[in-house]
Amino acid sequence: MKLSSTLLSLGTVCFFASTATAERGSDGHVKILFWQAPSTLNPFQSGGAKDNEAASLVLEPLGRYDPNGALVPYLAQHIPTVANGGVANDLTSITWTLKPDLMWSDGTPVTSEDVKFSADYCMHPDAGCSQLAKFDGVETVEIIDAYTVKVNFAAPRPNPYGPFMGGQSPILQKAQFQDCLGARAIECVAQNFAPIGTGPFTVKEFRPNDVISFEANPNYRDATKPAFETLTLKGGGDATAAGRAVLETGEFDYAWNLQLAPDVLAKMADVGIGKPIAAFGTTVERLEMNLTDPNPDLDKNIRATREAPHPFLTDMNVRKALSMAIDRSLLVEIGYGPTGRPTCNLVPGPAYYASDNTACLTQDIAGANRLLDAAGWVRGTDGVRTKDGQRLSILFQTSTNNVRQEFQALIKHWWNELGVETELRNINASIYFGADANSPDTFQKFYADVAMHANNYDGTDPQTYLAMYRCGNEPKPSRQWQGENINRFCDPAYDTLIDTLSQTSDLETRYDLAKRMNDMLTKDSYVVVPLIDRGRVSAHANSLGGVLMNSWDSELWNIADWHRIE
Amino acid sequence: MTDPVAASHNRHGKWPRIWRAFRKHKGAMIGGGILMFIILGVLLGDLLWATDPQALDIRNKNMRPLYTLLWDTDAKVGWAHPLGTDSLGRDALANLIVGGRTSLAVGAVAMCIALLVGTTVGILAGLFRWLDGPLMRLTDLVLALPILPLLLLVATLFRAPLRAQFGPEAGMFVLIVTVIGLTSWMQTARIVRSEILHLKEQDFILAARSIGTRPFALIWRHLLPNTLSPILVSATLGLATAIITESALSFLGFGFPPDFPTWGKMLADSVQRMDQYPERVILPGAAISLTVLSVNYLGDGLRDAFDPRSHRRSRN
Repeated sequence: MKLSSTLLSLGTVCFFASTATAERGSDGHVKILFWQAPSTLNPFQSGGAKDNEAASLVLEPLGRYDPNGALVPYLAQHIPTVANGGVANDLTSITWTLKPDLMWSDGTPVTSEDVKFSADYCMHPDAGCSQLAKFDGVETVEIIDAYTVKVNFAAPRPNPYGPFMGGQSPILQKAQFQDCLGARAIECVAQNFAPIGTGPFTVKEFRPNDVISFEANPNYRDATKPAFETLTLKGGGDATAAGRAVLETGEFDYAWNLQLAPDVLAKMADVGIGKPIAAFGTTVERLEMNLTDPNPDLDKNIRATREAPHPFLTDMNVRKALSMAIDRSLLVEIGYGPTGRPTCNLVPGPAYYASDNTACLTQDIAGANRLLDAAGWVRGTDGVRTKDGQRLSILFQTSTNNVRQEFQALIKHWWNELGVETELRNINASIYFGADANSPDTFQKFYADVAMHANNYDGTDPQTYLAMYRCGNEPKPSRQWQGENINRFCDPAYDTLIDTLSQTSDLETRYDLAKRMNDMLTKDSYVVVPLIDRGRVSAHANSLGGVLMNSWDSELWNIADWHRIE
Repeated sequence: MTDPVAASHNRHGKWPRIWRAFRKHKGAMIGGGILMFIILGVLLGDLLWATDPQALDIRNKNMRPLYTLLWDTDAKVGWAHPLGTDSLGRDALANLIVGGRTSLAVGAVAMCIALLVGTTVGILAGLFRWLDGPLMRLTDLVLALPILPLLLLVATLFRAPLRAQFGPEAGMFVLIVTVIGLTSWMQTARIVRSEILHLKEQDFILAARSIGTRPFALIWRHLLPNTLSPILVSATLGLATAIITESALSFLGFGFPPDFPTWGKMLADSVQRMDQYPERVILPGAAISLTVLSVNYLGDGLRDAFDPRSHRRSRN
């Protein structure tokens, strides 16, 4: 399965490579629409994804993530690993080697000086660098020779791909930015608006919060690319207008980040001149089961803490039955369309971290009923199951959002068929996600039996994400109700795996560990009941070829390969 | 010099005369008829249309009302759902009936609370000089309160105890009508006060006082009947505001549970797909508008009927 998809994507790449015209600039002009307008082209000074994506046309990192989350060398010769000696055995350093004969767009050579400078630029204490987290734990960056740099970490880092990896950590030209260190970084307007890069395009004119004109980079390392001579990146408007401009009127070739209802998007796509494309990251809409008792009669220091175990959700059979009753495909169809897909995993990607856990995808209400029967939950005269005087009556809360309320209604309907009574509640999103320790309605306090919301993690490594479910990391009064383990999950075996994961560098072992931890939370315990893997959507004209949507890096990561098709 | 109300008070009987005057007001009769129809419809409608408003029928989702056939013969319609279904296949007609019950109840009860508080405050402030200052400053204070944060606070503080006391739906009902009632009486209070200040200087009040009418009787027999028209007008406006405020609350998630239909919530839920399924906005919207409009006309007619001056004009 995995092999065939790899082969398929390889085939696709070969196909594109062979059909792409073998001459730079032969396909004329391409127009891209970002409904949030970029305000700088320097990712280190950026205000968000819009700036980083626009900058990725010009500036490049040493390596990027491909649509599967795999690491691909860009300016580097290869991705350093422990196996090839690029990462030290004790995980305290990583050594990058640049491709030889790389040129900046002004014709000067790219050297290890530029790489070290980029780190110095961002790590300068007065710079206010937006991507400082990428350089977390970096002690020094040393130049080994003109093409080799070594990044030393203060402590062993199993995932050393923070600096110089991905669109948020590109390489700047030292000659251009050397007077822009520290507090002066923000003053270098000319540099920030027109950085000299190694990417397929160079900036011709930058009008902040409006339009950027680009030209093909004459010194780009592949003489046949990019296929487009010029590129316009227009900013502004809203997602609906952007969708229309590509899918209905054809004014633009590519529109970024279309957060639209599935039926609205589908109606636009019906026109037939373009198509929406989705890429799936790590955002998962899920049900959270509360393992502690939210009963309002309990003392406020005990309510919804591990001192008061939940009266019936501690029974794994109940949690499993609740999950089995759900038809995830129908939820996707109603709420997300092409921008969602059913999932049973807490970690849905990158592919190599995703467990092959698909058992929950088929709805099985009869099976769920049998499971509850066998577990001793008997239907009463009102149709609600009870056991030892405990009714299966659930308070099910989520944030106020049209799609979520429709989901609530459907899930209540299915749970009714199990003989589970459900009371629905929706809470204003700014309160629900507000983390105010005094409010009873936050998702951390979890004064309900089941909650529904989405969560995700940044980057491609789920270690910190999985570590959230450590015993003791749950919100409770003594921690002012802050904490990420909102299910109040507590399993010593799981905690051991967290520790093992943080000390393991071998990637294959890390994949296995992450999958095992994912399974412990989902299919082995049903503490977290994942529903939908939510993706990001953009759209491109049918006449634009080579687009490979990517949620792990800039969407424009392979713009050098984009071309015109008839 | 005659007391305008008291003069025509006794001999013929007040109510038959008012009824005769009321019947002459066409708008009021039509408004009253429509309101009656709406009230009977939401109260007894589910006897005729017994579909469960919460029943999900995914296969029949997004159905259009029957009248869509007039211009689109391919529309997905069916006699089982004469007004169509929503995106989960819930029957629109059944939801309108059940939702209307809640909306009207919220509107009526909240209006009564607001009227009671507003009229009391207005009369007391207008009649008793020493109460005027404090009561009007209180009115200003409540007017100046930002409603939404107040609602958040009230919902946070009282939701759990009310829910425990009355259950999730009835508890929310008590909370909502109280909150809406207690935050919308101020206009009434101001209007009533100004009317009382004006009436107080009239000769018939002076006459009533001079023969030793006690304050309560003065209010009951002379002041209240003469302030009836502004009170009725603010009542009709209050009903409309209460229905709308309830929908805003539901929209923000402080209202009823999400599976408990009200007109306002049906409206709020449908805004996203307004261009594809306009009926989902139009039907509850029309229901709210018709209710408010007919209550307005009804109030108009009542005011005219109660007002002896307009009477005399119509008799001439």
